[in-house]
Amino acid sequence: MKQFVSFIRKEFYHIFRDMRTTLMLLLMPVILIILFGFAISTEIRRSPIAVWDQRHDDSSGKLINQLQASEYFELYQMINSREEAGELFRRGKIRLALIIPPAQADARVQILADATDPNEANLLIRYAGAVMTSSLPGPSLREEVSGEVLLLYNPQMKGAYNFVPGVMGLILMLICAMMTSVGIVKEKELGTMEVLLVSPLRPVYIILAKAAPYLLISMVNIATILLLSRFLLDVPIRGSLVVLVSLSVLYALVALCLGLLISTLADTQQAAMLISGVVLMLPTVLLSGMVFPVENMPWILRRLSDIVPAKWYIIGVKDVMIKGLEAGAILRETGILALMAIVLTGLSVKRFKIRL
Amino acid sequence: MNQVIIRNISRKYGDTTALQAVGFSVPPGELFGLIGPDGAGKTTLFRILTTLLLPDSGSATVCGFDIIRDWKEIRTRVGYMPGRFSLYQDLSMEENLLFFATVFNTRVEENYDLIRDIYVQIEPFRKRRAGKLSGGMKQKLALCCALIHRPEVLFLDEPTTGVDPVSRVEFWDMLRRLKQQGITILVSTPYMDEASRCDRIALMRSGHCLSIDTPGAICRSFGKPLYAVRSGRMYALLKELRTYKETFSCYAFGDSHHLTLNPGGADDVGALQTWLRDKGYTDVSIEPIAPGIEDCFMESGDRNV
Repeated sequence: MKQFVSFIRKEFYHIFRDMRTTLMLLLMPVILIILFGFAISTEIRRSPIAVWDQRHDDSSGKLINQLQASEYFELYQMINSREEAGELFRRGKIRLALIIPPAQADARVQILADATDPNEANLLIRYAGAVMTSSLPGPSLREEVSGEVLLLYNPQMKGAYNFVPGVMGLILMLICAMMTSVGIVKEKELGTMEVLLVSPLRPVYIILAKAAPYLLISMVNIATILLLSRFLLDVPIRGSLVVLVSLSVLYALVALCLGLLISTLADTQQAAMLISGVVLMLPTVLLSGMVFPVENMPWILRRLSDIVPAKWYIIGVKDVMIKGLEAGAILRETGILALMAIVLTGLSVKRFKIRL
Repeated sequence: MNQVIIRNISRKYGDTTALQAVGFSVPPGELFGLIGPDGAGKTTLFRILTTLLLPDSGSATVCGFDIIRDWKEIRTRVGYMPGRFSLYQDLSMEENLLFFATVFNTRVEENYDLIRDIYVQIEPFRKRRAGKLSGGMKQKLALCCALIHRPEVLFLDEPTTGVDPVSRVEFWDMLRRLKQQGITILVSTPYMDEASRCDRIALMRSGHCLSIDTPGAICRSFGKPLYAVRSGRMYALLKELRTYKETFSCYAFGDSHHLTLNPGGADDVGALQTWLRDKGYTDVSIEPIAPGIEDCFMESGDRNV
């Protein structure tokens, strides 16, 4: 036990004496949260638009006012021809153009959108449609618009509700898997592993001692993320904190085992870094549902996403944190993660060499 | 009972033979040297004996334990200092020592008498990061760390490579003192001049053990007269000597060429001198010298490999 404690203390010396690593480990979650929360936003806010008003009456004036008043749009300028709109699109000055026809019986408003980013164009058109519907003069017309949408759990459609669990999944994977694998491979590379192996220290303790500090640090990161998202981004934690943290620990264990497995495959720190980056980070970002919805992917990618631990973790976190579900609701996710942890531990312990 | 017994150990890396049927024994308390150039198989042999590598064939015991079956036992009983500096560069000297003491289930105070002579020399720098120590100090620290648990057998892989001559002498003095404490020491070195500091040595080349004996006996076994030949034009002389029909072997050794001749005529030195004078070497000096380990090494290399 004393050996073990002393080993862990040594690991913390390594971590904290390397300023770059320390900063990266502690600030990465903060930076990611702020980046996703404020810079990389999928929400529409103050998109510049242009309007060609050929009608020039009360109702068109009211519509323009409404558009301007909404927080989604900002009137870039009034225009007088279709060509002007085209020019503004080409120069990237506007995202949306509205062409209001002269007052006639069945004249319809035309909406032009810059569809180079299809998701954004879609959203803009939907918002513009919503604004127009609400500004229509008579109740008779409004009745034709049927169907009422009720957004559950996230009525304001805040992006943070999606990316906070995503960032948690990413950070835990990054720190537990990448740092552990690099940490172990570093000992191999420096030759200290040789000395450690020729000691009474059991190899399993070497592994545990290498992994434990990163588990601890990743828990600090989870706390940071939860605090930031709660108080900075106003993302609620509706479910039980205990369940949330337990799920995170389980996921961190899976990530640690992955890191361990990588360390048995790689011989240099660069190789470990590369394998963690390509084999772990890419699927975690692309296939976990954090950025792109998995449901729309081809069959093969969907199956592939099933073996990405982050997918199950993110589903679990959303269920507990955003929907406020009980532990019983995430049994499937917990079970899959536990199974992964067991299989990976077995694999990496089997692969860990007690010799060079 | 011998502390280390090696029987017929062979090991290959792919197609390269690292060790070929190596075997010898080391009794308790002996300072045994493995002498040979890079690639001789010294490190591979050490790694096999410290249970870090498995041999392809052959067997060995360390402290009476089998290196394959009883690796756990061996790892608690030996001290190992790898060839390159294998301590934590970002930990201070003191932290390294404390860490290895706890890893080996002991305390620094417990075996302080063993490392005191070495430790006092580096103690003034105990707060310095190991990565910032000089080469000699690093090796002394590594030796302290390898000794801290009072091992029965100590394996030192090229401990003096990259260390200045003064520290090298000090290092060997330390090994002498450790030997007096009853520790069996196996040390490897590419420096032939260090061989004489060992009780017994094994000359190694390309995975083969060329000869195993005391340094004195190996030198005595040289078995033919050896001459040091000098002249103003050394390089030309070396090439010239190698074309001489009676030359058995001729190697460049620092300031002279070491030459052996085919057994034969009574005045072979005189004949050589005449031959060289005819070739235009007027300032040649030829004198008989006692063979050293390096001569034996070159010689047995010619014979066996």
